[in-house]
Amino acid sequence: MLNLKRITASLLLVAALVISPLSLADDAAKGLEIAKERKARDAGWGSSESDTLMVLRDAQGNESVRAIRAKALEVKGDGDKSLTVFDQPADVKGTAFLSFSHIEDADEQWLYLPAIKRVKRISSNNKSGPFMSSEFAYEDMSSFELAKYKFNYLRDEKLNGLDCFVVEATPTDRFSGYTKIISWIDKQHYRVMKNEFYDRKKALLKTMTMSDYQLYLDKYWRPKRLDVINHQTGKSTSLIVKQINFNVDLDDNDFNKNSLKRVR
Amino acid sequence: MQKLLQQAVTRYTWSVLLLSLCLIALCGFGASKLYFRGDYKIFFGHSNPQLLAFESMQKTFNKNDNIGIVVAPEDGDVFTAENLTLLWNLTEDAWQIPYSSRVDSITNFQHTQAEQDDLLVEPLVLEPEELDAEKLQHVKQVALNEPVLLKKLISEAGDVAMVNITVQLPDKVDQTAEVQEIVSFTRDLVKKYQNQYPTAQFRLIGVVMMNNGFYEESQKDASSLIPGMFVAIILMLALLLRSVTATLCTLLIIIVSNVTTLGIAGWAGYYLSTATVNVPIIVMTLAVADCVHIASSMLFDMQQGSTKADAIKHSLRLNMKPVFITSITTAIGFLTFNFSDVPPLQDLGNLVALGVVFAWIFSITLFPALLMMLPIKVKPQSNQKNGAMEKFAEWVIKQQKTLLIVMGIVIIGGTALTPLNSVNDIPLEYFDTSLKFRQDNDFMQARLSGMTLIDLELDSERASGVNSPQFLEMAEDFSNWVRSQSELDHLATLTDIFKRLNKNMHGDDDSWYRLPEQQDLAAQYLLMYEMSLPYGLDLNNQLNIDKSAMRMTLTLKNLGSHELTGFEQKIRDWFTTHYPEQKIEMSSVALMFAHIGERNMASMLLGTSVAAILISVLLIFALKDLRLGLISLIPNLAPAGIGFGLWALYNGNINLGLSVVTSMCLGIVVDDTVHFLSKYQYSRRQGNNAEDAIRYAFSSVGRALWITTLVLFVGFMVLTLSAFTLNSYLGLLTAVIILLALVVDFLFLPAFLLLLDKRVYQEGNSHA
Repeated sequence: MLNLKRITASLLLVAALVISPLSLADDAAKGLEIAKERKARDAGWGSSESDTLMVLRDAQGNESVRAIRAKALEVKGDGDKSLTVFDQPADVKGTAFLSFSHIEDADEQWLYLPAIKRVKRISSNNKSGPFMSSEFAYEDMSSFELAKYKFNYLRDEKLNGLDCFVVEATPTDRFSGYTKIISWIDKQHYRVMKNEFYDRKKALLKTMTMSDYQLYLDKYWRPKRLDVINHQTGKSTSLIVKQINFNVDLDDNDFNKNSLKRVR
Repeated sequence: MQKLLQQAVTRYTWSVLLLSLCLIALCGFGASKLYFRGDYKIFFGHSNPQLLAFESMQKTFNKNDNIGIVVAPEDGDVFTAENLTLLWNLTEDAWQIPYSSRVDSITNFQHTQAEQDDLLVEPLVLEPEELDAEKLQHVKQVALNEPVLLKKLISEAGDVAMVNITVQLPDKVDQTAEVQEIVSFTRDLVKKYQNQYPTAQFRLIGVVMMNNGFYEESQKDASSLIPGMFVAIILMLALLLRSVTATLCTLLIIIVSNVTTLGIAGWAGYYLSTATVNVPIIVMTLAVADCVHIASSMLFDMQQGSTKADAIKHSLRLNMKPVFITSITTAIGFLTFNFSDVPPLQDLGNLVALGVVFAWIFSITLFPALLMMLPIKVKPQSNQKNGAMEKFAEWVIKQQKTLLIVMGIVIIGGTALTPLNSVNDIPLEYFDTSLKFRQDNDFMQARLSGMTLIDLELDSERASGVNSPQFLEMAEDFSNWVRSQSELDHLATLTDIFKRLNKNMHGDDDSWYRLPEQQDLAAQYLLMYEMSLPYGLDLNNQLNIDKSAMRMTLTLKNLGSHELTGFEQKIRDWFTTHYPEQKIEMSSVALMFAHIGERNMASMLLGTSVAAILISVLLIFALKDLRLGLISLIPNLAPAGIGFGLWALYNGNINLGLSVVTSMCLGIVVDDTVHFLSKYQYSRRQGNNAEDAIRYAFSSVGRALWITTLVLFVGFMVLTLSAFTLNSYLGLLTAVIILLALVVDFLFLPAFLLLLDKRVYQEGNSHA
């Protein structure tokens, strides 16, 4: 009896040792495939302009609203460029934020301060920091690039009735604030429906849910609403896209330090 | 009723046993539902105004519960490559501490400086590898001149540094498990560093450590004091009763009284805490007294040759009334703990009252039933008078005038000293200096900074209001004033950051180290700075979300609760004088304790008065004599008066634990008076004069009072072994007061009766 148990256990152990590296490799490959497909489906959107409200809530439920306008430009072979203008609160009105995402190198960021009419460079090891004191970190806002993560497919799961892949992404940059991000990606359109962010001590930090997806140019799905809740502090932020237009007339010249000063 | 009971225990012994066992089993099972809760919040009721203010501020800004690792390198210089590398690594590793949301130290301090036209925001020590002589000098120069760091994260002498970890404990009532998780992780981390740096000192401080201290020490109390108490009681009983069976039965009553009480506590959803962990000890002590009276009467009769059944019946008849009255008065004393504002004290009072009632029930049912069943051997003895007590009575009668004067002076003098006591609740001082937690905090205070914090919220009452020049000027004005106060060790204020940014934006020109003078300028500097900060080092702990309010954190030297509330008032007064329109809010754990002490004292004074009135009325009814009832007031109240007078000389600080001592003692010491007076009254009604009645009282209950006083004294002295001053002070003072009560009853009461009670009693009506 005892021997039989031991033999079974050994056999199971051997089987596990043989199978697991293979299945681990498979999961990594499948994870990367899903990420690639997600990236591919969103390629070619060109440029966009949007009006967005950012609603911050503290643990008491008090709210504070920020209004921002953003221009974005797709860059072939590198991360995207974006220019964000703050309209509200009033005392930072006209402040503009320029960001170049990169695949390999650290992102570059500049801020234009209208009060002194000067452009200041912002150091990039803050990517884990909060964007405008919200629950969004910079790295949550910058463009999705395959080289920034290692992927691993976890399982299939239904989320709100949608069949989804559940994929784990591990950031490769040591300045990232996360140890992993678990994403629910719908199988039909490869849209991210939900992200769970785990902090440096591998504890669940926050959950981001995307909702109200709209189809633009018959090809590109964009959520009109993103909600992030911080599980540790009880604070939350909602990003509500009021309006977004594609195929606007934008090029590299609209995204440099000089253009920062011109935006109104 | 009484007859019925006597018959039941002697004739239907088995039924009584079985019934009791069922009751005990039914109740006792609930004890498995009891759990330990160790955190400071248990001391505050749900509607406590300071707790509400504290929680509201914690929700508006982030929570700032913390655990701090204080590091003192042996060479006395933090600014060496080796020691800064230690701090850098420790800071990095500290992010792994469970529930941590923020780690602050001098190495990850976000230093800002102008770099050409840009603002460079960078950790003060980016990489330990870069620490050459020049960089070390730079780090030292910045750290020792930075108001954010100095006397908070680095000592003025540069010899002690701290890594402060802010944790976000989940919003639930019992956080004990989370606190333990944090502490055990942090201790392991520190152990790792201690092995690597054997000469450096590491100390753990902060709110999390305090919560853990409450938990660990109450567990220690439960596991060491209760067995200690058992041993003490067995020894005393064996010595005093000189009967194995009676000792065994008494022990069983003690155990079942406790099991039943704790069981009901479990069913009712009580938890064990710093205070309620003492319930078993106090219930044990009080249960012993009931049994001793019944057992010694029975043993006495048997020595005289009575059969066991007769001896038990007679003992029950003799003791039924006094045991009932003393139990009721004791329960009343404990029930008045409900006047307290402190939930664990209420729990303590209710559970002990419950225990006293059960001890009474079991001592007149189960106890005689057990005695009935088990074999008892008694050596027959002739009825010999106890010589000592009679001699003592004669002496008291002879010296009555002197005793009256001397004791009068002692009582008045002692009571007159009580106002010298002052209410003082400092959570840190609940922990004895023998405890590591206390030593670590004392070290921190001596070498780095005080531990007392006050969070101050300044509300501009409009969105983005903190950026306005008027608001900033007000905040700066206050900062300058408060920094000139001797109580203050450190102030964390956003105005320092505004000034530093303004300087950085002007090419690090020192003459620009001042507040920005326009709202948009301040707002945009702040925005730029906030957008440069990494995860966990943002300003969300100092600013609310719409930037209408800022939170300053004041670190104060260790203050007594009076000084602390005084300082709080001084701050309010400053604002009333200088900025009467400014809306301010202050809160902190230390403030909560400072206020609860005073609130609790006020409500317990009321509770004590109620106890005194209720118990006196009960006594008047029990004795059926108004005059004796009134006379008994002095021996009932005087012991507490003298006790607190002595306390003023010995210590003088009244903490939460001591606030309930008077009510509790009143309920207990009244027992002596009840026994003494009822015997005195019995003798008087037999037609004896006061002197003879006093002789009779001494010879009949003198020895029993000695015994019960001794048991109670030892029982409460066991509590002094606790490392919690809440418990040890309570134990010490109660023990002393119980002893004083005997002194007053033996030396003062007889003389007082001889002076005042000269009337002739009506004969008849003579049940004592």
